[in-house]
Amino acid sequence: MSDHHHHHDHDHSELSETELRVRALETILTEKGYVEPAALDAIIQAYETRIGPHNGARVVAKAWSDPAFKTALLEDGSKAIGTLGHVSRVGDHLVVVENTPQRHNMVVCTLCSCYPWEMLGLPPVWYKAAPYRSRAVKDPRGVLADFGVQVAKDVEIRVWDSTAETRFLVLPMRPAGTDGWSEEQLAELVTRDSMIGTGFPKVPGAPS
Amino acid sequence: MNGVHDMGGMDGFGKVEPEPNEPVFHEEWESRVLAMVRAMGAAGAFNIDTSRFYRETIPPHVYLSSSYYKKWFLGLEEMLIEKGYLTREEVAAGHAMQPAKALKHGKFDLGQVERIMVRGKFARPASAPAKFNIGDRVRAKNIHPATHTRLPRYVRGHVGVVELNHGCHVFPDSAAMELGENPQWLYTVVFEGRDLWGADGDPTSKVSIDAFEPYLDPA
Repeated sequence: MSDHHHHHDHDHSELSETELRVRALETILTEKGYVEPAALDAIIQAYETRIGPHNGARVVAKAWSDPAFKTALLEDGSKAIGTLGHVSRVGDHLVVVENTPQRHNMVVCTLCSCYPWEMLGLPPVWYKAAPYRSRAVKDPRGVLADFGVQVAKDVEIRVWDSTAETRFLVLPMRPAGTDGWSEEQLAELVTRDSMIGTGFPKVPGAPS
Repeated sequence: MNGVHDMGGMDGFGKVEPEPNEPVFHEEWESRVLAMVRAMGAAGAFNIDTSRFYRETIPPHVYLSSSYYKKWFLGLEEMLIEKGYLTREEVAAGHAMQPAKALKHGKFDLGQVERIMVRGKFARPASAPAKFNIGDRVRAKNIHPATHTRLPRYVRGHVGVVELNHGCHVFPDSAAMELGENPQWLYTVVFEGRDLWGADGDPTSKVSIDAFEPYLDPA
């Protein structure tokens, strides 16, 4: 690759030990012919631009608008999303779980950081960090409180620990006051956290 | 292994701290680490279960004090050394000094990028019928393998109910140790919060894991 931009951003002396070690590893992998740096750039670019919560938001908005799609989505998430040409491709084993007035779903990976990348992009730091991973299964309402989220006491909280290659996406409840909204408008209300279960969709008309 | 990575139910880590408008990466090196892990995995240097196992074997004090991508880096470097793709001398020198080891799927170049944007397939044909049906009560085995497992400690010994059957999947406990895919039935098993956490548990909470059949006994 011609622009080794990541090798010229800083003076060498300013680099941390970790940065130096990471660069050394990439140099070795490149010199040995294992990887092409331009291919690494392309991976990074995909996660910085193409793959993010907007993908999941479109799926949720479609489910809010199209009852047949919602039924199919809850039956087999991967298959249903595969029928949507405009959403990024999705792999197998995506399970979509629906929030209802009786049940609030929340997703965690206590063992590592499993997360539906294709729908939500790379997970935020908090999702991968010890406080969330340790407490989500034992004290889910306490964790929700850390997000400023309160779920009524008579609502069941269901925590999905992603311990295998299944991936979970929460289908939040459609906000009131959105009758007649287009899928594009609805998608704007769908937040990343509402699809993890640590938040709710935005309320129509509220300041963002 | 009963490592510090198996965090479900541990206390003392403090509050969850969401970061408003969090960037995809906080440092550029993090993005290079992510890309190298994806690329070398796709090239066939290791499978996803092996890579998880190497992160789990990072010493607990290092695991807890390292950022997420630092753990990915430490696991990647050690794994590539142990699998013979590079040497400690090369790491110390920062340059290749030995001939390359052939990669199962060849060099990871630009033409390979699109295929890793969709997750791999983990479903496999079944070699035997499923032992459990939806609605069956099952007890998570009290097992403590020193190697990789996806049965978290907090459910071991507890009784739950089979809620979903996901079919047969690659068994991580075998795949991580490069002992073959050894496909096993995979179920969502749901536990009552009170059963897991006792009288202090939230009576309105339920927790599920996805459990491979060898983790479960009838109850």
